[in-house]
Formats: sequence, C-alpha cells, structure tokens
Amino acid sequence: MRETATERWTRRIVLTLLAGFVLVPLYVMVSSAIKPLQDVQAAFTWWPRRPTLQAFVDMWSTVPLGRYLINSLLVASVAAIFSVAVAIFAAYAVSRYRFRGRQVFSVTVLSTQMFPGILFLLPLFLIYVNLGNATGIALYASRTGLIITYLTFSLPFSIWMLVGYFDSIPRGLDEAAQVDGAGPLRTLFQVVLPAAVPGVVAVTVYAFMTAWGEVLFASVLTNENSRTLAVGLQGYSTQFNVYWNQVMAASLVVSVPVVAGFLALQRYFVAGLTAGAVK
Amino acid sequence: MATTTTPAATPGRTKGTGKPAGPPGRRPRRSLLPYLLLAPAVVLELAIHVIPMLVGAWMSLLELTQFHIRDWSGAPFVGLDNYRVVLDVNSAAGAELLRSFRVTVIYTVLSVGLSWVLGTTAAVLLQRPFRGRAVLRALFLTPYALPVYTAVITWTFLFQRDTGLVNHVLVDQLNLLDDRPFWLIGDNSFVALLIVSIWRTWPFAFLCIMAGLQNIPDELYEAAAMDGAGFWRRLRAVTLPMLRPVNLVLLLVLFLWTFNDFNTPYVLFGGSAPAEADLISLHIYRSSFQTWDFGTGSAMSVALLLFLLLVTAGYLLLTNRRRNDA
Repeated sequence: MRETATERWTRRIVLTLLAGFVLVPLYVMVSSAIKPLQDVQAAFTWWPRRPTLQAFVDMWSTVPLGRYLINSLLVASVAAIFSVAVAIFAAYAVSRYRFRGRQVFSVTVLSTQMFPGILFLLPLFLIYVNLGNATGIALYASRTGLIITYLTFSLPFSIWMLVGYFDSIPRGLDEAAQVDGAGPLRTLFQVVLPAAVPGVVAVTVYAFMTAWGEVLFASVLTNENSRTLAVGLQGYSTQFNVYWNQVMAASLVVSVPVVAGFLALQRYFVAGLTAGAVK
Repeated sequence: MATTTTPAATPGRTKGTGKPAGPPGRRPRRSLLPYLLLAPAVVLELAIHVIPMLVGAWMSLLELTQFHIRDWSGAPFVGLDNYRVVLDVNSAAGAELLRSFRVTVIYTVLSVGLSWVLGTTAAVLLQRPFRGRAVLRALFLTPYALPVYTAVITWTFLFQRDTGLVNHVLVDQLNLLDDRPFWLIGDNSFVALLIVSIWRTWPFAFLCIMAGLQNIPDELYEAAAMDGAGFWRRLRAVTLPMLRPVNLVLLLVLFLWTFNDFNTPYVLFGGSAPAEADLISLHIYRSSFQTWDFGTGSAMSVALLLFLLLVTAGYLLLTNRRRNDA
C-alpha cells in the first residue's frame, strides 16, 4: 500500500499548517517571556531584540506568585492522590465484581461529569459558606474545600479509565493469588495494581492536571489566602498596566511541568482510552 | 496457569477485612465488599455533585435574592416564578438569556465541528509511520495539556489591538486590513473566542481518534488496497465506519463540554465577555454574582441542564436506532 506523491504532499502541507496553528501561541509565550516590559508594550515583534530573564525575576513580586504556586501545588497534589485512591477502589469493584447497581453507578458517575459546572457551583458555594457559619468547618475560601471539590472532578474519568486497565489484566492472576490465600484487598494491592501501574500513573497525572487547570470554582471558592494560579495569574493585569512579559513568564513556569508530565505519559492515556473504547 | 506468586506463608489465614475467609478459590456469595469499595466514591459524588444539584433545583424555586442569601432558610418559596422571568423572552433577563443561548449554540456547533474535522485529519495523516511523527504527535497534544488559563491568556495577548501578533500579521505584514481591528470587543470577539476554543479542543479529538485508529486491523486496509481503493475510498469505507463508536461518544462529550464552556470566555475577556461572545455558563455566573440573585441563577442553570438532557437523550435515541437498523 504505497503512498502516492499527491498524498505525500497533501500530508506535508496540511500537517505543516496544523503545526503552525499550534506552535504560534506557544512560540509567543516563550519569546515574550524573555522580552523587557517596553518591548511587549510596543508593537509586536517576532524576534526578541533584547532578550532578558528579568520577567522571571519580577514576576514573583508583582503578584504573590509564590503563594499561588504553593496553593496550587498543594491543592492539585492532594486532590490527585485522594482522587486516584478512591478511583482505584471503585474501579476494582466495578471491574472484578458483579453486583446490583453496578451499571447504575457507572452511568451516574460518568453523567455527573457532563453536567454544567455552574449548576452545582451556586449551591456548593452556599453550602460551604453556611456549613462554615453553622459548624465552623471552613470549606469556603479554604484549600480543603477546593481539594474536596476537585477530587470529585477527576473521579469519573479516572474510574472509567482504571476499569479499562483492570479489565485488561487477566483474572487468572487474581485466582492464582486467591488460591494462595490472598484476600480481595491483598489481591488488589499485590496483583492488580502492580500490573496496572501505567494506568494508575496516567490517571494521577490527569487528576493533577484537572485540579491544576480549574478556573470556575477557584474563582468563587477561594480568597486572597487560598487563591490558586488559575485566578492569581489575572493579577498581572492591573488597571494601569498589563505586565505581559511577566504573564508569559509565569504561564511558562506553571505550564512546563504539566505539559512535560502529560507528554511523557501520553501513550498510557492512549492505551487507557483504547481500553475504554473497546467496551 | 503458572504463577510466580509465592505461596502464602500461613495457609488458611483470615482475610484482612475482618471477616473469616471463605474456602480459597471460591467466589464470595452476595458480598458487601464491592459496596464498601465503592463507598468513598459514592459519598463524594453525592456530597459534591448530586446533593448540590438537588439543592440547586430547590433554590430555583425560591426568591433567593441578596436579602435572603445570608439566611437562605428564610427565602420565600415562589414556585416557578424564577423560570417565568428567565424564560420570558419579553423580559430583559429572558431576552439576554436567549441571546446568550443563541451565541452558545452557534459557538458549540462550529467549535465541535471544526475541532472534530481537524482532529480526524491529523489522526488519519499521522496513522502511518514517518520521520517526525512522534514530534508532531507530542506537539499536537500540547494545547490539551496546557493549563487552560495559561493557554487562553496567551491568546488574549495575541489578540491585543496594538501589541498583539494577530494584528501585526494581518495589518503590518500582509496588509490585508487598513485599520487595526479590535478582537476582544464587538463582532470580532466571537471569532476570537471560536479560534481559541478550537485551538484548545481539537487536540482532545485528535487524541481520542488516534486511540480509535489503533483498533482498526491493518488487514482491512490491505484488503481495501487490493481492491484498488484510493485514499478517499479507504477513508470512507474503512476508517470512518470503524471509528463510528469512538465518534459517537466523542461528539457527545465535546458537545457537552463546549456548551458548558466557562473558562475560555472568562479568561480571554478577563471576567466579562462582550455580548457577541457571552456564553451561557459565563452569562449565568455573571448575572448570579453581580446581582446576588441565586434564585434566577439556579433557574437558568436548571433550564440549561434540562436542555442538555433533552439533546443528549435525543442523540442517544437517534444513534441507537440507526445502529439497530444497520
């Protein structure tokens, strides 16, 4: 099945255009981050004439970026760890047991993912505020509230993907372990999980990315102390000035780790999606 | 089958669940265990999604304005009044909601459609190995991996009237336009929003379709090629039909995500979108938090949910019927 010359050239042209579309904003993010402030406030230039790393220094003092970063790191990591832990147990149950309500659970969990966030934002906001007033449990404007909220956001997709991974692990392994006297939990931890490590890692990264990038709930459920990067980065545009070079520098710093993590693990995502799509 | 697991040190030991172990190798009868395993997930889903949603439905029946928001147990019950206000196209609130709804429908159709086309194109073109394929694949996935706010804020910079790349290219370099247009206010804001949305969305379509393509056996293509099928024929006779299950789910998911999109306009326009790009989630958010009228805000949210459920149900019915006919 040989490729004709027309096909080859169409492929090259189309892929080049697509690559350009994707690359331009990425390039601007990098090239503007190393421009001095005067240059990003003047007419656009493709090439940074006076490259400087000043923006990477200044960005920490223009807004409390360090605090936002720590908040985001804390919220996203804790939410990711708990979300994956919860998802592992749920996925194990769905994959290995036939029980009443199994189908209902799967459908309900996936469909909550599809509901408009705004629908439960307003009540959740009121619930958190009132819970705080009534019992002193501070969920509103606290990182705890944000963690609990975010860990449910990645849960449905994590469960779905892990079920696909667990299903692909032969049951013979479980049964062999059970013959050896292992209980269900030991089977999970000693047989199923070790075989599903790529899936678990991929799901962890996904959960982290979800919490790291969330904007809507962060904009309502946080205050100055618990603010995350998603809202905090807007602080670079003040009434008088937009520090575009610093915005781009900060964007770069907060993007690189997640993009690198995702790209390093992308084939496990594809594998997970394939496993899920087969069903 | 042979196993590498070492035999348990103490035969007949009890399980760690606190219950006496059944005979090894036999399946437990009606066990509580799956429910225990599910419990954390169920509790969380109930607490953060299901219960707030029910509360939201209840709120939509209350006069929950700024006077009652501190003590919402005292808010008067007004039945469907909130719905009458927001769904009445002759009222100011209703007219604005309808306009926002229209914008959102057009936005969703265009964004999902074009993202799907781009995703399919890229996935099909990257199906066969060639030099640089891995690099392109990683590049194409990058917009999906970027945190939404950094991606969109970069686009805000690109669309600046005097200092942005878009006008620099269109006006200064290509001389296509005489005036420097505004991209983030007025009619153009919809175009800007759409471009950003497609930039962020199509990589996900690409990812899913790429996964779907891996399930198509090579023999099908070989057989098609033996029959002399060219590129388009193979695409129509093999690729697209085999991708149908993936596409059915993908399009639905993209539709729901895009229709509910809040992040793109919120970050792109810095909180308040111009009327031409005022997507429904942002519209509800803004009208709720500006006026602190959570009653009508909830009514709009519930109406939105009902609309989405209706469309989803119709879509599933239609696609299922076609599958059964085929």
